[in-house]
Amino acid sequence: MRIFRAGLLPLVLAGMGVAVALCGCSPIQPWVKPYQREHLADPIMSFDPHPASASYLDHIYSVRQAARGGTGAVGGGCGCN
Amino acid sequence: MGRRPAGRARAGGRGWLVLALCALYSAPTLTGVLPEDTAEVLYDKYSGDDQQVDGKTWLIRKKFADKFDVQYSRSTDVVSGASVDVRTTGASPYIEQRTEDNVSMQYLSGKTTYTVGFIHSYEPDYTSNTTTYSVSQDMFGDLTTVSMNYKREWDDIFKMLKECSTTTSPCPEDDFVKVHDPAFGMKRMDERSYGFGVTQILTRNAILAINYDLITDEGFISNPYREARYLDSTVARGWSLEPEVYPGTRTSNAIGSDLKYYLPYRAAIDLQYRYYEDTFGIHSHTVQLGYTHPWRNWTFDASARYYVQNQADFYSDLFPYADSQNFVSSNQDLSAYHSYSFGIGASYQFSIPHASWIERSTINIRYDRLVTNYENFRYWLDTNPAAGINPGEEPLFSLRADIEQIFLSLSF
Repeated sequence: MRIFRAGLLPLVLAGMGVAVALCGCSPIQPWVKPYQREHLADPIMSFDPHPASASYLDHIYSVRQAARGGTGAVGGGCGCN
Repeated sequence: MGRRPAGRARAGGRGWLVLALCALYSAPTLTGVLPEDTAEVLYDKYSGDDQQVDGKTWLIRKKFADKFDVQYSRSTDVVSGASVDVRTTGASPYIEQRTEDNVSMQYLSGKTTYTVGFIHSYEPDYTSNTTTYSVSQDMFGDLTTVSMNYKREWDDIFKMLKECSTTTSPCPEDDFVKVHDPAFGMKRMDERSYGFGVTQILTRNAILAINYDLITDEGFISNPYREARYLDSTVARGWSLEPEVYPGTRTSNAIGSDLKYYLPYRAAIDLQYRYYEDTFGIHSHTVQLGYTHPWRNWTFDASARYYVQNQADFYSDLFPYADSQNFVSSNQDLSAYHSYSFGIGASYQFSIPHASWIERSTINIRYDRLVTNYENFRYWLDTNPAAGINPGEEPLFSLRADIEQIFLSLSF
């Protein structure tokens, strides 16, 4: 199909395959223990510290540019006429 | 499509079952955490290319019984001015308001979070209703979070006409009202979006998120106000306009990654990349680099973003004659261009006297500058054959826009 001409489908399927293969092995031991996640828990490491602000910028970019998706954000509506 | 051999079908089904069981296996040991109770109010302003958008958003988020979380937000944008589309097609400047209501609910069960949401957006000429569903699962000792989401959107599109509300002739300027164009009627556009994401802790200082979205549109995809330009030797300026015609469907794939790294002196850098392609023939790349630096009660942010795309298969700034191909568009968003944006932001954390129930309050400001240089979209109004500027020889168009935000955030 044309929509998968960029080879993304094999990539997604390969990723799922790796996940399934990992499940079949012995339980994975976390290589970063919970008590070692102090830096990751710092608010400056948040992917989306200000959701309303990020959503607004994402809306502007999606109205002004052809690309959409791939950012993890879910939006709706238009505001583009 | 032929039938799949039964064995392969069973193997595929078993794979999904194993994946699902894996997700359930890791569920009962630890519980996830819902976001904290929050109230936010945001004022924003976009100005560029003779167009201004003033907006405000308020958001409230509340937990119930440590398992449910409800969020509601309302945004209002007032759009005014005359952008390049309006100027080149000879339409009159306008003022329009858009309102969006967004409600969502999260339910946390063990390490699984289920979310459902509904978004309603209203403009006089565009109504949109969206439902969202997502599920995310922490696994592998909480090193990995896998999420899947589905979005369905139904849009109703109208075209507005200016009409005189009285029988006075000529019509006084104040008596003009905007009504739906009965000749255009109402057009529909449906959108479905399928998303898959993985967030992975890589080291004690690095975390990576990968998101994939497949989005498909069906129905009236174009804009009722935009028109395509073609060469016309029967008029003095050398060009005329015809209605845009788009395909009835559009499907896009986008895959994005976001790597966040904690620096040794308590600061963070953020590197994002996204690849996008769609059935209009557009391919694009987006790269963004961000930096976050806290200092006492302040947190400073800076970011730089670069975006580049090629043109759609059926785009042209100047078609050779009217009705020259099945699909025609001169929409600058579908042309080839590259765009830069730079942003800076500051957040100040403070305490409110006699309000100990507010755990954290911040006031935030942010400014972004967006610069877009079009490679094959020209400023049509500069056509002047008498001065030697023929159609297709006008200067290329560029967009400069300023985006300002100020918002207050309270956490309980």
